[in-house]
Formats: sequence, structure tokens, C-alpha cells
Amino acid sequence: MNSIEVIKVGIADMRMVKSPNTIRTSGLGSCVGVVIYDLLKGIAGLAHIMLPNSGLAKENEFNHAKYADTAIKQLVRLLLAEGARPHSLSSKLAGGAQMFQFTSGSDMMRIGPRNVEAVKKELEVLHIPLLGEDVGGNSGRTIEFDPGTGMLHIRTVNKGTHEI
Amino acid sequence: MAFFQFSSLHLDILKEIGNIGAGNAATSLSKLLNKRIDMKVPDVKIVSFDEIVELAGGADSVAAGVFLRIEGEAPGNMFFILPLPQAENFIRQMIGEEEFSFSNPIPNEMAFSALQELGNILAGSYLSALSDFTDLALYPSVPALSIDMAGAIIGSGLMEHSQAGDYAIVIDTSFNEDMGDTLKEVRGHFFLLPFPDSFKTIFKTLGVNEDE
Repeated sequence: MNSIEVIKVGIADMRMVKSPNTIRTSGLGSCVGVVIYDLLKGIAGLAHIMLPNSGLAKENEFNHAKYADTAIKQLVRLLLAEGARPHSLSSKLAGGAQMFQFTSGSDMMRIGPRNVEAVKKELEVLHIPLLGEDVGGNSGRTIEFDPGTGMLHIRTVNKGTHEI
Repeated sequence: MAFFQFSSLHLDILKEIGNIGAGNAATSLSKLLNKRIDMKVPDVKIVSFDEIVELAGGADSVAAGVFLRIEGEAPGNMFFILPLPQAENFIRQMIGEEEFSFSNPIPNEMAFSALQELGNILAGSYLSALSDFTDLALYPSVPALSIDMAGAIIGSGLMEHSQAGDYAIVIDTSFNEDMGDTLKEVRGHFFLLPFPDSFKTIFKTLGVNEDE
């Protein structure tokens, strides 16, 4: 019997996973972890997004996993290439916390909520239902998704663990 | 925009910045706690976002992080990161409570403000040394404290860097508290992360051309 592998996704990174393997990203602060999956096919993709919009990029060639708008489009392309069906896709998301409270509120400090809004907007445009979310607050999150069950496991330092 | 090519001269200058800044901060810390603080030679690295989180102990490891924004002529971010046992140790010494622990369910306001103040003093002395050396006006924001996963703490301070690329230049100075013969490998870190555009300003004010 093959052992189950946990695929790790870094910061501004995206990867695919097939059941029975699971996929994880660690230490989401203001970043957002978004999972798009086809439950019946047992495949999922996870992106660790840092910024809401690729319009913010100050570089010509950029990493698509870093921005909400480009990451979600890319995730869907990769999933379809792996055999997922467009109308069976669902999504879950976690993260977008505000780790530090500053009195002088520069826009960059509100980046967590802005990331969440941007991800939701993009999912809506692509008609991908959002079946669960754990966002905002001021705690870091480590998340792990099981494409076989569709459950997203969320761990925090101060508020324990739960599943959505 | 991309980072311009760094020569060994550029890296030496950035190391010297870390040396001067963190040296001054370590002196403040040493006075504050009345203890010897061993500072390591600064490391200047061009690192991916995952690598900088590794420097702080790994994405999942819990740390105490004081975060400041530097405003002025060479803006950037600064982190003062402590592993939890080291943070507890500093707090015990500052508030005089031998029993203090983060695992105590009753939050201790005094402990948190002591740690925040520690970050404030250290960052202030780091930046004033840096400001004197470069003759640049640099102003620290009020420090913000978070005790959480290192990945979540650091990741939230890399927004400006991530707009320009997938790397950051970090000036990392680690230090050890002298604990006599049981010198533990618990390390605190100062991370100075100038915004990509600030490097030109820093080198220019020190009289070094970009292509030197």
C-alpha cells in the first residue's frame, strides 16, 4: 500500500493534489489559502495568495499564484487539465487575517480583508460555489485539505482546530 | 522593476548597516536587562518568501514578533522576532515575575506591553544608529506585537516586496542571551527589509554607485 503524501504549498505558490493525498499550506496571516476542487474526481488545487489584484504588480513577468485574480484563473485551468469538470468545481477558503493593528491605517495594512474580497469576487465571476470559509480575525492559520472528503482542516495557535 | 545587481561591496555595506544597527540595539537590550547579549555577524541574503519564514523558525512555529514600518527617505519594514521561550525569559526579567508563561490562560497585559516596549526600544536604537550612519531621515511607526505562527507574522509584512518580485533582501542579525554555561541555541532575530526602491537611496547616500 502506498503511503499518503501531504503536498506542501509555499507562500505565493500553487499545487495540485489527488486523493488519497492531502494538500497543506502553513502560516496564513493576511494571505489567503483558496482550495478549488472536484469532489467526485478527488482532485483539488490550493493557492497561497498574497495580494488581491495583479494590477498591483510592479514587475512585467509575475508569478500568477501571488495575486487573487490570476491565481484563481490559473487554478481552474490546471484543474481542468487534470480532468476536473467545469460544472463540478467547488471552493473553500481561509485566511485574510489582520495580524497587526496599526492606528495609521495604510491600505496595505487592510490587505487581509481585501484579499478575501478579491477571491470571492473572482469565484463569483467564474460561477464556482464557495462551500466554506474561515476568514478575518487576527490569528494565523495552517490549513490542510482532503480532496477525498472535501473537508478543510484549519489549525490556529490560540483558537484550536476545526473543520469546514 | 527588478533588483539591480549587487556586488560584494553592496553586500558589505548592508552588512555594516546590520552591524551598526543591531549592535546599538544589543547594547540597549544589554543595559535594559543588565546581561551580556551576544550578537552574531549580520547576514545579508536575497531570499524567497519561504526562506525568510524558515529563518524565523518555520511557518508553523510559534514566535513573538514585533513589527514596525519604517517611514522616511528609505522606507521598509522591520521585524524583531523571538522564539517563545526567549520572549518569556525577557518578559520575566522585565516585569520581575519569575512565573510568567504564555501558556497561562489569563492574559497578562503588563507582559504584552513590556514586550512591545522592548521592541520599541530596540527598533528605536537600531534605526537611530542607521539614521546617523546614512544621514537619512528614518521614522519608525508605533510597534505592533503578535504572538502567532512565524509564517503569518512575516508573511503579513512582505506586501511591498511581493509587488516587486518573489524575493526580499533581508539584513538578518541574530543574537543570543548569555546564559552562562548553559548557552542555549535560542535565537532572536532582527530583520531589516528595506523596500526594493530604498536600496538606491541607501547606496547613493553612502557614496556608492549602483554599478560599483
